[in-house]
Amino acid sequence: MKSLEELQKIKERALERRRMSAEGVRVRVVVAMGTCGIAAGARDTMTAILDELEKQKVTDVAVTQTGCIGLCEYEPIVQVQIGDGEMVTYGKLSAERVPALVEKHVVGGEPIAEWAIKQTA
Amino acid sequence: MAYRANILISSAAPGAQEVEQALLDKIYEHHLDNEVQVMQAATLGPQLQGVELVIYPEGTHYVHLTPEDARVIVEEHLLKGRPVERLMFKGIEVEPLEAPASKEIRVVLRNVGKIDPGNIDDYIAVDGYAALGKVLTEMTPEQVLEELKRSGLRGRGGAGFPTHLKWTFARNAPGDAKFVICNGDEGDPGAFMNRRVLEGDPHAVIEGMAIAAYVIGARQGYFYVRAEYPIAISTLRIAIQQARDYGLLGENILGTDFSFDLEVRMGAGAFVCGEETALMQSIEGARGMPTTRPPFPATKGLWAKPSNINNVETYANVPQIILNGGGWFASMGTEKSKGTKTFAIAGKVKRTGLIEVPLGVTIREIVYDVGGGILNDKKFKAVQTGGPMGGCIPEKYLDLPVDYENLAKVGSIMGSGGFVVMDEDTCMVDIARFFMEFTQDESCGKCVPCRVGTRRMLEILTDICEGRGQPGDIERLEAMAKYIARASLCGLGQGAPNPVLSTIEHFRDEYEAHIYEKRCPAKVCKPLIEYVIDPETCIGCTRCARNCPVNAIAGKPKQTHVIDPSVCVRCGICKQVCPVNAISIESKGKLPEA
Repeated sequence: MKSLEELQKIKERALERRRMSAEGVRVRVVVAMGTCGIAAGARDTMTAILDELEKQKVTDVAVTQTGCIGLCEYEPIVQVQIGDGEMVTYGKLSAERVPALVEKHVVGGEPIAEWAIKQTA
Repeated sequence: MAYRANILISSAAPGAQEVEQALLDKIYEHHLDNEVQVMQAATLGPQLQGVELVIYPEGTHYVHLTPEDARVIVEEHLLKGRPVERLMFKGIEVEPLEAPASKEIRVVLRNVGKIDPGNIDDYIAVDGYAALGKVLTEMTPEQVLEELKRSGLRGRGGAGFPTHLKWTFARNAPGDAKFVICNGDEGDPGAFMNRRVLEGDPHAVIEGMAIAAYVIGARQGYFYVRAEYPIAISTLRIAIQQARDYGLLGENILGTDFSFDLEVRMGAGAFVCGEETALMQSIEGARGMPTTRPPFPATKGLWAKPSNINNVETYANVPQIILNGGGWFASMGTEKSKGTKTFAIAGKVKRTGLIEVPLGVTIREIVYDVGGGILNDKKFKAVQTGGPMGGCIPEKYLDLPVDYENLAKVGSIMGSGGFVVMDEDTCMVDIARFFMEFTQDESCGKCVPCRVGTRRMLEILTDICEGRGQPGDIERLEAMAKYIARASLCGLGQGAPNPVLSTIEHFRDEYEAHIYEKRCPAKVCKPLIEYVIDPETCIGCTRCARNCPVNAIAGKPKQTHVIDPSVCVRCGICKQVCPVNAISIESKGKLPEA
């Protein structure tokens, strides 16, 4: 890249990609993969999510990773967003909880309220 | 053959084999193998709860079992017909997860946890590298410095030196080659803010460093990151490569005549290498030891060239200041401490983690509103800020607004933002000893006050904790602290006495109890405490005696047990295994021997 215009173009392209409808993505799943998350088992959770999606033959889900969101106590943390809806943040989402999460929320569209981190006043 | 009981065990659970073996051994021991059948089921029920058992015909469901629990179940449930209430499944246990509505304002961390750190496009999508573009095409170095001055940004590594001044010194220093360095050697115990930034938003730091390079006139930069952060290092390397591929690092960036590139250097684990002159020695490949200042790094730094060295967090603030203006940044914080600061909350709080709040927030807000209060609802005792060079701040300052000046006033420092919370069960003398042990161990040994002084202070503190404290020890510690702080070469020695001085100031009574009464009020220091079994409560179950590693506990089954303090090593296992909480810790103390 040799100019500001090119930087701007990359920005627009990246923003476009984030708009999920563009690439046939229905659900976004984000796994927090900072050191704190990995120490709490985020790698296992990530693997389990990918395995489960493959097993259930779900293809319209984008799984990405991110850094620490600040609630290290509640790692592994997984966020699920359907379409442009509200993002649900799950805490202590161990690999063994993944099949239920994929089935109920990712495929079924129903968040699992008791695993989500509730915001208090 | 018909069995009177059938047991299903969740054989897929981790540790199931050991539990099953313990179960079978006990069944054979009591010759129950003709009456009881054990069968393996992979899992029992949808909610995995450790090793589980179901005993039929009743259908009693036991969860989270250890081998010892299995033995108890055989003896109580199978042999005596008394189901073990405390091990039973009590409905689906879902721990409620709560987080407070955030008081955070995110500047440094605005992208962390929101973007994919492994993808530069994600960063560019949120205005990444726009600040660098603006600086290179629209601003002179002087204008950048002016903006930084307006922002009031101060070094986030702990000392709080105004960033614009530091950059100005490096800019004005004569020299053809100059360097920018990022200090990512986050060594304070319990501090992990920098790791989070490096792992979650590496490009923000890269962009900040590139801006610094433009201002001071450098074309080469170094990341110094401790080897204990392997994920941060690999994330950074990926980020640097992606920036190079896009031409955001390298020659003629964005078509201008500004060229800049970066390298990652790993620290080898010495705490003192977080000190800037020692860090530069380490980058050069020499042994990490501080050098005298002046000359300061700004005039004679890395390879004796003018260098600018800042903390990860300082650099990460810069792009935001450029994009939003210095005035915006200065609108947050207190009079002399502007902007936000990240803190790592650790220790005895309900929710450990990382936050970014405007400076000026009170300690109470951090501990109670963000940290959720003290673990097990115990009493707050103190908070240690700023790592091993910081001080312990007692309860009376809970409402103190946190900024550089206020922390210094109560004998502590901002440091890199470590926030270790202590509860009533913490012995402050023991804490002071712990930190002195750390600094003594990490002292590089170059200057005498630090090398010898920290060792002597540690010896006195150890004596106090072990019941050999002498009258006059407190005064001796205070005098030594003064000399070490004044005469040491670098921040490690200068700050090493802080934990001792602040605990003496705020918790002098605890030192006196240790020295004069040989008593540890928090019941922590092992030589000053005793484990005691309450004869009224003890049921003679023999569990403590069986678990004691040194056979210090005597007593027959069904009779009161007694601990022999001369044999006891104060490991506390008996207290953990006692089913009726009959064991307590006492620190009665004794009068000084004549």
